[in-house]
Amino acid sequence: MWTWFYKLASPPHVYTAAAALAPWFLGLAAIGIGYGLVAGLVFAPPDYQQGDAFRIIYVHAPSAWMSLFAYTTMAVAGAIALIWRIKMGHAVAAASAPIGASFTLLALVTGSLWGRPMWGTYWAWDPRLTSELILLFLYAGVMSLRSAFEDPARGDRAAALLGVVGLVNVPIIHYSVLWWNSLHQGATVAKLGRPSMPGSMLWPLLSMLLGFMLFYGAVLCTRLQGEVLNRERQAKWVREAIQS
Amino acid sequence: MKVGAWGAMILVVRRELCLSFRRPDQLLQPLVFFLIVTTLFPLGLTLQLSLLRDMAPGVLWVAALLSSLLSLDSLFKSDADDGTLEQLALCGQGLTVIVVAKTFAHWLVSGAALVLVSPVVATALGIPVGAFSIMMLSLGLGTLTLSWLGAIGAALTVGLRRGNVLLSLIVLPLAMPLLIFGAGATDRAISGVSPAGALYFLAALCVFTCTLAPFAATVALRITLE
Repeated sequence: MWTWFYKLASPPHVYTAAAALAPWFLGLAAIGIGYGLVAGLVFAPPDYQQGDAFRIIYVHAPSAWMSLFAYTTMAVAGAIALIWRIKMGHAVAAASAPIGASFTLLALVTGSLWGRPMWGTYWAWDPRLTSELILLFLYAGVMSLRSAFEDPARGDRAAALLGVVGLVNVPIIHYSVLWWNSLHQGATVAKLGRPSMPGSMLWPLLSMLLGFMLFYGAVLCTRLQGEVLNRERQAKWVREAIQS
Repeated sequence: MKVGAWGAMILVVRRELCLSFRRPDQLLQPLVFFLIVTTLFPLGLTLQLSLLRDMAPGVLWVAALLSSLLSLDSLFKSDADDGTLEQLALCGQGLTVIVVAKTFAHWLVSGAALVLVSPVVATALGIPVGAFSIMMLSLGLGTLTLSWLGAIGAALTVGLRRGNVLLSLIVLPLAMPLLIFGAGATDRAISGVSPAGALYFLAALCVFTCTLAPFAATVALRITLE
């Protein structure tokens, strides 16, 4: 019953599983994102206050959500690798970090593009944008720590620990940035989230969210294949896998 | 001679303090850095004391964070380079005890010293004397928390040749809540509002990191030392 779990520790099995899963994820992601884009950008009614500018939410909110999701995946995979000494966990963590950083960057860019018509400026020190920016710094720290070591195994473990420390800190940072705004009584800005959202706006958003998750899964699987091949480049099965 | 955990801790703290006071220049450098950075802000921003006072908490806290970071690099490095740290790890007391003692000693010579110097800087930035006690309390809590966060970072980068920049990259994002609540408490003390909320948060963060960070730093040291 637990054999599938043990198989996750074996590089050739992870490689073939990732190769088999990637196209499925990609295909389903195309459906989810395709429906979400068409329904969100074309069919959803314009917002009564923000007009058409609100439509960037269909990219912004899913990427902001995925930036946290990818960080959690990275930290949990690193923790598993650290505790049970499953090396493939480090491969997952290393594959997940750049994707998560890209989602974070995407969320920041779309957020500031949305800010231009709404706030009149590309960058306001909105608490959500600020904590997203700090998340980007956390990603940068983990990624550069991993590559800073000459011994890759040591870099993996150091990055895994930093990922876990960061995961504990993410909620602290998020809430302190939220409260910081209330401490300073900064400019009151419009929030993206509205208490009620009609279904014609909500369903495309959920579809985009699901599509982004599947897309993340597809990219993660593809990157994971590369990570496994690079880590196992001395192994015999890699030569056989490449030649076949 | 058999020594308990407390005994070992006191011995390590004494050793660290002794070593620091034999190199007084290294002890003073972060404090001088603190003074210089706070001097830069009035020169770059404005000379008007009334305007400076509005920015003073932020300036003070940013300078304090940076100067504490400066001295963090040496927390484990010299001991790791000459093998002392490995000997301490093997002494039978558990590495956590050593980490706690070293970090606490580091806070005494960097953070606590910075708290003692801060009134001078605060006067220059136009912070009223009435806010000094809150400012020093918040700085004390903040630098202690930062020492713990920094211990994790220093332990992770101890084996690296140029770990100093990386250390800042790792520790500064984690330290941002400290800046928010620390500067917030000082700001409120200056404007005469009760700073209790921000101080409670600082204290909570301090207790939280004091309890968890030693273990994280120990794991980090084991990763980089082995």
